[in-house]
Amino acid sequence: MKSAVGREVPATVVGYGPVTAYAGAFQTPQPERRYAPMMKQARPGDDKVLGSLAEAFRRIPVKDGMTLSFHHHFRNGDGVLNLVLAVAASLGRKNLNIMISSIFPVHAPLIDHIKSGVVSGLDTNYISGPVGRALSLGVLANPVIMRTHGGRARAIEAGQARVDVAFIAAPACDRYGNVTGTMGPAACGSLGYAMPDAEYADHVVAVTDYLIDYPLAPVSIPQTRVDYVVKVEKIGDPKGIVSGTTTITKDPVGLKIAQSAANVIAASGLLKEGFSFQTGAGGASLAAADYMARIMEKRGISGSFAMGGITGYLVNMLDRGLFKRIIDVQDFDLEAVKSLATNPNHLEVSAGYYANPFNAGCVVNMLDTVILGATEIDTDFNVNVTTGSDGIIMGGSGGHSDAAAGAKMTIIVANLLRGRLPILLDKVLTVTTPGETVDVLVTEHGVAVNPRRNELALRLREAGLPVRDVQELKALAEKMAGVPRTPVFDGRIVGVVEYRDGTLIDVVRQAGG
Amino acid sequence: MLEVLRSMLFVPGNNPAMLQNAGVFGADAVILDLEDAVAPREKDAARFLVAEALRQVDFKTSARVVRINTLDTGGAEDLRRVVSCAPAAVLVPKVQSASDILAVAGLLETLEQPGQAPVQIIALIETPRGLAEAYSIATVHPRVIALAFGAEDYTAAIGAKRTKEGLEIISARGVLINSAAAAGVAAIDTPFTDINDEAGLRADVALARQLGYKGKLAIHPRQVDLIHEVMNPSVEEIRWAQRVLAVLRQAEQEGAGAVSLDGKMIDAPIELRARHVLKLAENIPAGGAEQ
Amino acid sequence: MAILTKAAQAGTLESGDAVVTVAPASPGSGIAIDIESLVLLQYGESIRQTVLAVLQQYGLSDVQLKVVDRGALEYALIARTKAAVERAGLAEEVTGHA
Repeated sequence: MKSAVGREVPATVVGYGPVTAYAGAFQTPQPERRYAPMMKQARPGDDKVLGSLAEAFRRIPVKDGMTLSFHHHFRNGDGVLNLVLAVAASLGRKNLNIMISSIFPVHAPLIDHIKSGVVSGLDTNYISGPVGRALSLGVLANPVIMRTHGGRARAIEAGQARVDVAFIAAPACDRYGNVTGTMGPAACGSLGYAMPDAEYADHVVAVTDYLIDYPLAPVSIPQTRVDYVVKVEKIGDPKGIVSGTTTITKDPVGLKIAQSAANVIAASGLLKEGFSFQTGAGGASLAAADYMARIMEKRGISGSFAMGGITGYLVNMLDRGLFKRIIDVQDFDLEAVKSLATNPNHLEVSAGYYANPFNAGCVVNMLDTVILGATEIDTDFNVNVTTGSDGIIMGGSGGHSDAAAGAKMTIIVANLLRGRLPILLDKVLTVTTPGETVDVLVTEHGVAVNPRRNELALRLREAGLPVRDVQELKALAEKMAGVPRTPVFDGRIVGVVEYRDGTLIDVVRQAGG
Repeated sequence: MLEVLRSMLFVPGNNPAMLQNAGVFGADAVILDLEDAVAPREKDAARFLVAEALRQVDFKTSARVVRINTLDTGGAEDLRRVVSCAPAAVLVPKVQSASDILAVAGLLETLEQPGQAPVQIIALIETPRGLAEAYSIATVHPRVIALAFGAEDYTAAIGAKRTKEGLEIISARGVLINSAAAAGVAAIDTPFTDINDEAGLRADVALARQLGYKGKLAIHPRQVDLIHEVMNPSVEEIRWAQRVLAVLRQAEQEGAGAVSLDGKMIDAPIELRARHVLKLAENIPAGGAEQ
Repeated sequence: MAILTKAAQAGTLESGDAVVTVAPASPGSGIAIDIESLVLLQYGESIRQTVLAVLQQYGLSDVQLKVVDRGALEYALIARTKAAVERAGLAEEVTGHA
């Protein structure tokens, strides 16, 4: 069968199960009821603090085939996944299903745990580094499930992804299991992506290197859901935790694109009092935010809220009064962490509150505009941020599809050529985000508007922006680079790409041998 | 292509990534640089690269200019490689005298292909001697269409310290603009070298404009938009210029002699300035980008 | 026909550039082209054609050529190949003793 973006998806994928094909961004109805998580009980005098992770494994007990979940606020500084899997391996556990909101280069030991059979399933929203390559080359027998940030929260709340044990990397924790991300040597700020796991997992273990007196405040993950607290020497490396791309790009082409993106926003009619905005933490996105801030100052506009991966740049905009609130699921630098800890207008929210399409309203629905990147985009405006042009998994939606679906105007910023490769193709290799949710492509060679948004194209033209037909931009790219040969990957399915509503939008096939 | 030169953007001649993107910044001209931006042992490779870039890369609305080396340091070889690729002009560095121009013009004549549009010359004045000879440099050959000022070498040569405020080059800027005006060629101001100082660049371009310069060299793509913004005539100036020409047209139709606008006589200099304002205005995109 | 007098190289490993290395090959051995590129799947054949055409323009028929490509466009590949060939130096092929 075909998903609504024209991708062939099988009726059943071995290791995943029966497939519901993507039918449109808002076409698939929600299930009737949420999954009911475990009732729990603790008696007066119970001590939650355990001596080691191994003891937690014995107490729960962690059995072969269980699903263990993790969150990625530590990004490339995460120590917890590797610690837990090392314990699992030493205790001889097999066939574990690992559900982690994102995977980074630091998680390379996962590959060996897959090879040795400790891990046999993987469920994530974004992968960078060697694990993506290994998966693409077929190291895992079952396909990796690639979700969106909102889709992961949805899957947990719906009980489609059932977590046996959630390991919460806890920058600061008290003995009764209250957790915050704003203190401690591995402070990371918001713990939004860990919240659904803590709420729904059968067992919850807070892993910390900073145990403080009861009661900790303010609480991000509450004692009411946390069963055990394990103190270890070190849960993460602060250098990796706040390493995100948090400086404005210096690349002149990137700046040119950012300036154009800001001009698109200025001309869109959306940039008025109460404007809301999401951007990634990439250098070009930050530059666009910076140009936009100047326009807002010039026009005397203040926005309602900014969201996304929070950096010092957005904090600075909050402090200057350009936005009234920051809504925060994840922080990228220490200024953002500090702001979350001290500024009451800087709000910490869960992944579900941010982006779950199946609740009574997530934040992305309130976005006026979002600026996102693309590895490839096609003439139907479908975007690939999952695989490289060599077929190797090197990303994933994260919040890409969620924000695109919610925002009134979704802007993709990208160089028309990446290396020699045109970013604009007839068909992207993997559809991550459907074209119906993408409105504008901004490149250094001009701006293309989704034909579904003719009124927007008209506004941009009237403002003097270099609006070009998407086919014309593609032809220009091919004139510069030559027409690329389209590689064909027809190996077995090594990954499935779930849209935020749980339908399958595309699959990833094995690349090379 | 070389009628309006508000900005001329230097691009290193041995850097493919920068060469192929040079046209996206909207500079009135790009200067593919074979001189200072290229290490001595890479000059040969850069010549091939600039030549192929001239053949294949679309520089969009930017005129194509090549900065060659001085003739005694490889400039002649530069010309042999690039002239047949039809640059609009060559920027000749460290011009000291009219004879330097004649030598370049002579080579151009022998190297141009039949039917090729003549390659123009922009003389980069960056020595006290060159400045003293500026008028004869500008008038010695019809290919010379502009004088450009390079203040870094010049300041070193006169023994002054180069500052952002530029008091040390104020008289040189004056001499250069006067020489160019007397010769009837364009004058292009020296680049502002601190690429991170936006306010400094703005002040520097404003000063150049006040002195009579219509164009400026740019050493970073980020400088282009700001240079245009300051060099562009304002909406008020454009309206004024349109009214001047309308009044003149009407007077011509009616066969009237002296005409005036807002109580001021429109004489030849006023007409000239109005025409120049409108020429510049043609290059501002409709609506314009914000900022 | 022409032959190369020595091995030579041009270009850099910067993004958008390529390093082209040429070396003389024994008479009759033909042109051997080795390409290393991040875009081999999409542009491998195109790169081959581009560098081959340059060698043929120079009348070269026995050459070992290696491209380490960093996403160079055609114009840059041509320029780097020409620079490498000219650095290597060209001589007229001495036809064998009949």
